[in-house]
Amino acid sequence: MAKKLEEVVTPSTPALRSGSKKGVWGWIYEWLTTVDHKRIGMIYMTIGIVYLAVGGIQALMMRAQLASPDNELFTGNFFNQLMTMHGTNMIFFAAMPLLFGLFNYIVPLQIGARDVAFPFMNALSVWLTFFGALLFNICWFFGDAPAAGWFAYAPLGLKTYSPGPGMDFYVLGLQIAGFGTLMGAINFIVTILNMRAPGMTLMRMPLFTWTAFISSVLVLFAFPPLTIGLFLYMFERIFGGIFFDAALGGNPILWQHLFWIFGHPEVYIVIVPAFGMVSEIVATFSNKRVFGYPTMVVAIVLIGFIGMGVWIHHLFTVGLGGMINAIFAVATMLVGIPTGIKVFNWLFTMWGGKIKFTTPMLFAIGFIPTFVIAGVTGVMLAAAPADYQFQDSYFVIAHFHYTLYGGVVFAVVGALYYWFPKFFGRMMHEGLGKWNFWTMFIGFHLTFFPMHFSGIFGMPRRVYTYNPGVGLELYNVLSTIGAYLMGVSVVLLVINILYGLTKGPKAANDPWGTGRTLEWAIPSPVPEYNFAQTPYVRGLDAWFIEKTEGKGKLQAAEPLGPIHMPSPSILPFIMAFGMFIAGLSIIYHQFFFTIIGLGIWAICMVVRSMNDDEGYHIPVEKIRSIEGEGA
Amino acid sequence: MKKFFNELLGKGDYRFMRRRALVVLMTALILVVLTGCQQEYKMSILDTAGTVAEVQKSLIWLSIYIMSFVVTVVTVILIYVLIRYRRKPGDDTPPKQVEGSTLLEVVWVLVPIILLAILAVPTVTTTFSLEKVQAGDNILNVKVTGAQFWWQFEYPDYGIVTAQELHIPTGTKVNLELETRDVLHSFWIPRLSGKTDLISGRTNFMWLEATEPGTYIGKCAELCGDGHGVMDFLVVAQEPADFEQWVANMKNPQTEPTSALSEQGQQVFAQSCASCHAVAGTDFAGTAGPDLTGFGNRQKVAGFWDQTDENMAKWIKDPASMKPGSLMPAVPLADEEIEALVAYLKDLK
Repeated sequence: MAKKLEEVVTPSTPALRSGSKKGVWGWIYEWLTTVDHKRIGMIYMTIGIVYLAVGGIQALMMRAQLASPDNELFTGNFFNQLMTMHGTNMIFFAAMPLLFGLFNYIVPLQIGARDVAFPFMNALSVWLTFFGALLFNICWFFGDAPAAGWFAYAPLGLKTYSPGPGMDFYVLGLQIAGFGTLMGAINFIVTILNMRAPGMTLMRMPLFTWTAFISSVLVLFAFPPLTIGLFLYMFERIFGGIFFDAALGGNPILWQHLFWIFGHPEVYIVIVPAFGMVSEIVATFSNKRVFGYPTMVVAIVLIGFIGMGVWIHHLFTVGLGGMINAIFAVATMLVGIPTGIKVFNWLFTMWGGKIKFTTPMLFAIGFIPTFVIAGVTGVMLAAAPADYQFQDSYFVIAHFHYTLYGGVVFAVVGALYYWFPKFFGRMMHEGLGKWNFWTMFIGFHLTFFPMHFSGIFGMPRRVYTYNPGVGLELYNVLSTIGAYLMGVSVVLLVINILYGLTKGPKAANDPWGTGRTLEWAIPSPVPEYNFAQTPYVRGLDAWFIEKTEGKGKLQAAEPLGPIHMPSPSILPFIMAFGMFIAGLSIIYHQFFFTIIGLGIWAICMVVRSMNDDEGYHIPVEKIRSIEGEGA
Repeated sequence: MKKFFNELLGKGDYRFMRRRALVVLMTALILVVLTGCQQEYKMSILDTAGTVAEVQKSLIWLSIYIMSFVVTVVTVILIYVLIRYRRKPGDDTPPKQVEGSTLLEVVWVLVPIILLAILAVPTVTTTFSLEKVQAGDNILNVKVTGAQFWWQFEYPDYGIVTAQELHIPTGTKVNLELETRDVLHSFWIPRLSGKTDLISGRTNFMWLEATEPGTYIGKCAELCGDGHGVMDFLVVAQEPADFEQWVANMKNPQTEPTSALSEQGQQVFAQSCASCHAVAGTDFAGTAGPDLTGFGNRQKVAGFWDQTDENMAKWIKDPASMKPGSLMPAVPLADEEIEALVAYLKDLK
C-alpha cells in the first residue's frame, strides 16, 4: 500500500523548505500559494506586527497631541481619524492576526496533527485578512479616513455627518477581513474536534489549544452580528437604506446592540487565548503541571459563555432602564469569578515549582498582576451607577488597555519569545529580551496607570485637548512619556526578532528544557509534515510524560510511511484579491467592477471545485533524511 | 539575591546603568509628587458637590476598597512565590507535580462570590434609585438639547432659554430631559452627576441636585464629531434667592446698547448674527445657534474659553479655528465691526 502511494507523487511536488532554488520571485510565489498552516501562521503574525506598528505610531501621535493642554499639533477631524484608525487597526489587524497566527502555527502541533482541517480555506482566511486590512488602511491615500471611532456610532458615521468615503473603507475593510476571521474560526473548531492524535482526549488538550477552541467558538457566534451590522451600515451609506438614522425613522441604538453583541465577546476572543499562552509559559518555566487543569478548562468555558451575555454594560448610559442595567451589571460581575480562578491557579502552578526567569516567563509573570488590575477595574465599571461616572472617560481607556495591552500584548510577546525557537530553529537574545520586558512593563504602567486618574479627575475619552488648570496636566504628560518608552520597547522587540532570525544560537527540539506539550518533541524549525509519525498521547502534558516516564521520545501511533500533503494553490490569493476589487469598487459606486471582483471569486470557486487535486506525498526517504537516524 | 536580580534583569554588569536609572527614577518621582500637590482638580468625580455624584462616589469607594484588597492579596502571593520558589542554579529535577486542590479551589470560588455580592447589592439598589423621576414641591424641570457642538437649556416652568451655562438652585432636585438635534452626545458634570447619553429620536432622563453653590465644568462624553473635545458647558449652582434673581433677569434682560460702539455692534448683529441667534426682549429670534440672552454675564466663550475680548473677537472671526467643525460660519466682518459686536455682546446682561 505504502509503495503504491509513493507512486502518486506528482511532478509538481514543490520543493521542501530547505531545497528551494527559485530566486526571489519563486520565493514570493511559494508564500502566496502556501497552504501550510505554519507558513500561514507566519503570514498572519507578520500582518499583526505590521499593523501593531501602524497603530502604535498612531497612538504615539495622539499622545504627542495630549502631552500638554491646549496643544494644537493634531486637532479636530485629524485627531478623530487617528483615534479611529488606532482602535480599529489594533483590534482587528494587530491583535486578531497575531492570535490567529499563533493558533495556526501551534494548535496543530499541540494536538499532534499535520495541518488544519481545511488548508485551502485557511489560506483564503489569511488573504482575506490581508486584503481587508489593506482596504481599510489605504483610505489615507484616497484623502479621507474614518473618524467616528472604532465603534462607529450612528448617526455620526452615517452619510449626513461623515460624507467622505472614509467610513466606507471602515465598513468594507472590516467586512472582508471579517469573512476571513469567520472562516478561520470554523477551521480551528473542526481541526480541534476532529484532528487530534490518538489518545489526545479533550481533557488532555493543552490549555492553549483549549483557549483557541473557545475563542474560535466565540468568533463563530460573535462575528455574524458584526457582519449583519456592517451590511446594514453599507446599505445605509451606499445604497440609501434606512436602518440607523433616527431622522428618517431608523434607530441608532440598533447599531449599538449589533456592534456590542459582537464587540464585547471580541474582547474575550482576544483575551482568552492570552490566558492559554500564560498557562503554557507558567507551567513550562515552573517545571510543573498546571494547577487545577479541569477547573481551568471550566473557567475558560464559563468566561466565554458569560462573555456572550454582558454587552449591555457598554450601553449603561443609553437609558435602557434600571432593570436592564441592574441585570447586566450583576451578569458582568460574574465574569470576575472564573477569572479569579485562573489567576489563583497560575499562582499555585508556580507555588512549589522551580521557577526559571526567562524572557517569556517574565512576560507571563508581568501579565498576572497587570491583568488582575484590569479585572478589578472591570468589576468597578460593572457597577452601573459607578459606570455612569466612568463611562467614556479615561478610566475606561485605562481599563481596556490593561486588558488588551497588559493582557494580550504581554502574553503574545511572551509567546513569541517562547515559541520563536520552534518557528525558526533559533533563539532570541535573552539579555535584550529582558530589556524588552522591563521597558515594556514600566512604559506600560507609566502610560496607563495615570489614565485611571485622568479619568477619575474628569477627562472624557476621545477629546483632542483639555483645559490647563483643571488637574489633568500631570497625568497626561506621564502617559505620554510612558507611551514613548513603550515605543522603544517595541523597537527592541523588532531588533531582537531580526537578531534571532539571523544570528540567534541554534535551538534544540526542546530548547527550554522543560517543554511539556507535543510541539517540543519535534524538530525546530518544524518540518513541513510536523510529525514523521502521528504520536500516541498518554496523558496531559504528553511530552513531559514521555520525558519522565517513557523513553524520551514520542510513541508512534502509525508506522513510518509516505505523508500525504495538500497541494499549494494561488486561488485563495486571487479570490481574496477579487473581494478587494469588489470592496473598493463598492466604495466608489463602480458596480461594474464589483461584479468583476465577485466574478473572479466565483470563477475561482468553480475552478477549485472542478480541479480534482489529490495533493502529493512526501516519500519515506525524504522524511528519513530530514529526521536523521532516529526515524 | 544578586543572582536573582541578574536573572530578572538579564546577565551582565549593569550596576552603573542601574544606579543611573535609579537616580533618574527618584528625580522623576520627586517631581511627580511636587507637581501632584499643586494640582487643582476641578472635575473630580471624588470631589462631589451633588447628591447623585455623592451616591455614585460611595459606590466607587466601596469598589475601590474591595478591589484594593484583591490586588493586594494577589500581589503578596505572587511576590512570595517568585522569591520562595525560584529555581536553584543547576537544579534540573522536576518538582512534585501537583494536580490541584479541591479545597483551595473552592476557597477562591467562594471568596470572590462573597466580595461580588457585597458590591452587587448596593449596585442594584442605587441603579433603581437613580432612575426615578423626582417629584415633590421643590423641583426644577430643564430641557437639555445637545447639538454639534453646544448645549441649549430650556426652563419650561419659567419660559426662558439659555445656552452653554446651566443655572440651577442649590438644594433643589433638577429633572433633566435630554434630546439631541443631530448626533449622539452625552451629558456629564463630573462633580454633580454621572452621564446620560442624548440619543437621536429619543428623549432621555436624568436628575441631579447640587448641594453647594459653585461653578462646575460639564463635558460632552460621547464622540460627536470634530469639535467633541471642546464641547464643554458650565453648571452654575446658586442659592435659591440668587437663582430667582437670575431668572428674573433672564425674563427681562438688558438689551440696549450703552455706548456708540455698542450701538454700531447692534446693527452688525442684526445684519450678520440674528438669523441664527436669539436674544430675548429683542427682535432677534434665530434658532440655529445658541440663544445669547444675557451673554455679557457668561464666563466662557463657546463654552470652553475664558470670556475675554480677545477670545470673543477670535471666535467671531473664525469659529472653526477654535472649535473644529463648528457650524457657525466665519462671517466676513471688518475688525472694527467685530470690535463693535464684542462691545454689544458684553452689553447683553
